[in-house]
Amino acid sequence: MTATTTPSSVHPQPSFVPETDRELTYLGAFNEAMFQLMREDEDIFVAGEDVGLQGGVFGSFKGLSDEFGERRVVDTPIAEQAIVGLGIGAAVAGLRPVVDLMFFDFVMVAMDQIANQAAKLKYMFGGKATLPLTITTNGGAGLSAAAQHSQSLEAMLCHVPGLKVVMPSSPADLKGLLVACVRENNPTILVKNKRMFGTTGLVPEELYEIPLGVGNVVREGNDVTIVAYGRMVEESEKAAQRLADEHGLSCEIIDPRTVQPLDTDLIVASAKKTNRVVVVHEAVRFGGLGAEIAAQVQEEAFDYLDAPVARVAAPFSPIPFSPGLEGHYVPNAKRISAGILETLGRPVPGA
Amino acid sequence: MEPSVEIIKDLHRRMLRIRLFEEAAGKLFEGNKMPGFLHLYVGQEAVAAGVCVAMRDDDQVSSTHRGHGHLVAKGGDLSKMMAELMGKADGYCNGKGGSMHICDLDLNMLGANGIVGGGTPIAVGAGFANKYRGNDTVSVAFFGDGSTNIGAFHEAINMAAALKLPVLFICENNEYGEYTRRDKVMAINDVVDRAAGYGIPGVIVDGMDAMAVYEASLEGLDRARRGEGPTFIECKTYRYYNHHGVQTLGMKYRTDEEVEEWKKKDCIDALEKRVTDAGLISAEELAAVRAEVEAEVAEAVEFGENSPYPDASTLLTDVYTEMV
Repeated sequence: MTATTTPSSVHPQPSFVPETDRELTYLGAFNEAMFQLMREDEDIFVAGEDVGLQGGVFGSFKGLSDEFGERRVVDTPIAEQAIVGLGIGAAVAGLRPVVDLMFFDFVMVAMDQIANQAAKLKYMFGGKATLPLTITTNGGAGLSAAAQHSQSLEAMLCHVPGLKVVMPSSPADLKGLLVACVRENNPTILVKNKRMFGTTGLVPEELYEIPLGVGNVVREGNDVTIVAYGRMVEESEKAAQRLADEHGLSCEIIDPRTVQPLDTDLIVASAKKTNRVVVVHEAVRFGGLGAEIAAQVQEEAFDYLDAPVARVAAPFSPIPFSPGLEGHYVPNAKRISAGILETLGRPVPGA
Repeated sequence: MEPSVEIIKDLHRRMLRIRLFEEAAGKLFEGNKMPGFLHLYVGQEAVAAGVCVAMRDDDQVSSTHRGHGHLVAKGGDLSKMMAELMGKADGYCNGKGGSMHICDLDLNMLGANGIVGGGTPIAVGAGFANKYRGNDTVSVAFFGDGSTNIGAFHEAINMAAALKLPVLFICENNEYGEYTRRDKVMAINDVVDRAAGYGIPGVIVDGMDAMAVYEASLEGLDRARRGEGPTFIECKTYRYYNHHGVQTLGMKYRTDEEVEEWKKKDCIDALEKRVTDAGLISAEELAAVRAEVEAEVAEAVEFGENSPYPDASTLLTDVYTEMV
């Protein structure tokens, strides 16, 4: 089954409502997909720090080693460059590796292998290499994990041609997108959000795929378009509900789901409908995806805009440890609401 | 095991193909007919030839920025190589990779690499795939002395040792990391000392002696095929040309006398002398091989010169594999 998705060329409609009444957590959806994928394809293996007996530090790979053994679930040294390199070499040799980097921040440790090797081999070799490599990792702030275990670094990866970057916002999306990543013949990086591990949602039991590069209309509306991905979709939904209840506003929420490739058509179609766009992300505002989305919207829909494209994002500092500080750092429903009201030229309560 | 005459002939031809190909490339580079960087392998031919003759066709190779020799030794097509070095459409990588990314995946040559140390983790990954599949294929990582100072190298070789992967580590110690003497950046005299730290056997061979390299490699490859894990072979060798380009003498970072001393141990001259002295191969036969390779190289240059530059329409192809 392939989940229903909005064809990007048409007017945005609500999409991907899982046809099931089975509830699963975000982490459970990931774990279930891994089991199903590995049963389906002998060429898939998992390698990373503590993925074997421990099942990953957060339990993403729990139980896999019991069923698939040490051969297919490989505990590696703490060595991010070699972990990604292991995946690259194995992928070039024809396997379909899933390599895990414990935290999104650790992508920086492996950046040569990701950006200079994995992303470019195919092009540099005149198309002759195929890299069915999936890198999974855990991003996002809000757990007092401080500056080296909380970052959202997707903009750095999106800037490198050759990579695909996926930021799922719900259990059902996580499962379907992971399946697409693993079946993809290009290097993909799938970023789970650490604060969503326990989030539950309806998830079909069977194996299904959500295509990369196709966004989702999470909520339909007419007054303003919110573009959000990862955990910021949840916060945007809270904001949208609050604005509907308290101000009678109708917000449309677009979740691109993959940030590279980006479903620009869907975002632009929504912008043309609502005439106002607010981009929300956990990452630092300067040089973030919001800047790219704002640029693309003004290029494609300038005449439709009634206000500048706004960004609600993290301030330009490392992520603080103390809950007292971190609460002011990560965007939340309140800040998103304020950003939307400003974009609409309405007074912001308490501002 | 003493190499047979057939093996010796094979070593000789592979070394000669590297030498003559590279010298022709150097001339084109001097004549401004070759864009970009050119890292010549000349002087080190015994290493690539010795290792690759010992390898099977299905064994993989990861290479370095000084990678032409590895592809030639693996059986690379000189015409496609020359065209690639010139940035032409008929090159191995359709002009998209050039000297530093030249590869032939059909020959299991997984690419030269512009990042020092970048190729070794990839070789370890290929070795993992071999073990995963349960075959007895081995992957070989070629790397320089300088790359053993890089973190990625340490991570990769430790992982290969810990997981007992079928990988052969070939260190080409040419005594210089770019323009810096090895002993200024490393507090050990033999790079192979590092092998002990990974718990794998390490051996030193004369990297100017193709037969010695061949024999040591065969042992390392067999050991890996038996499932006993990686071996580290340090080949003591030397590059005649500069780190980049075609200058050989008059450099501040090394003396002309040193270059001349190493050239006296030239791997091709030494092998030719040894086999003619022993009456194994005649001087005429060696000359005939040289003439054949010269003709092959001339043809490669002509092929490269006649090949067009890639069409602008290919600029954005092959960034991603299209999903059907």
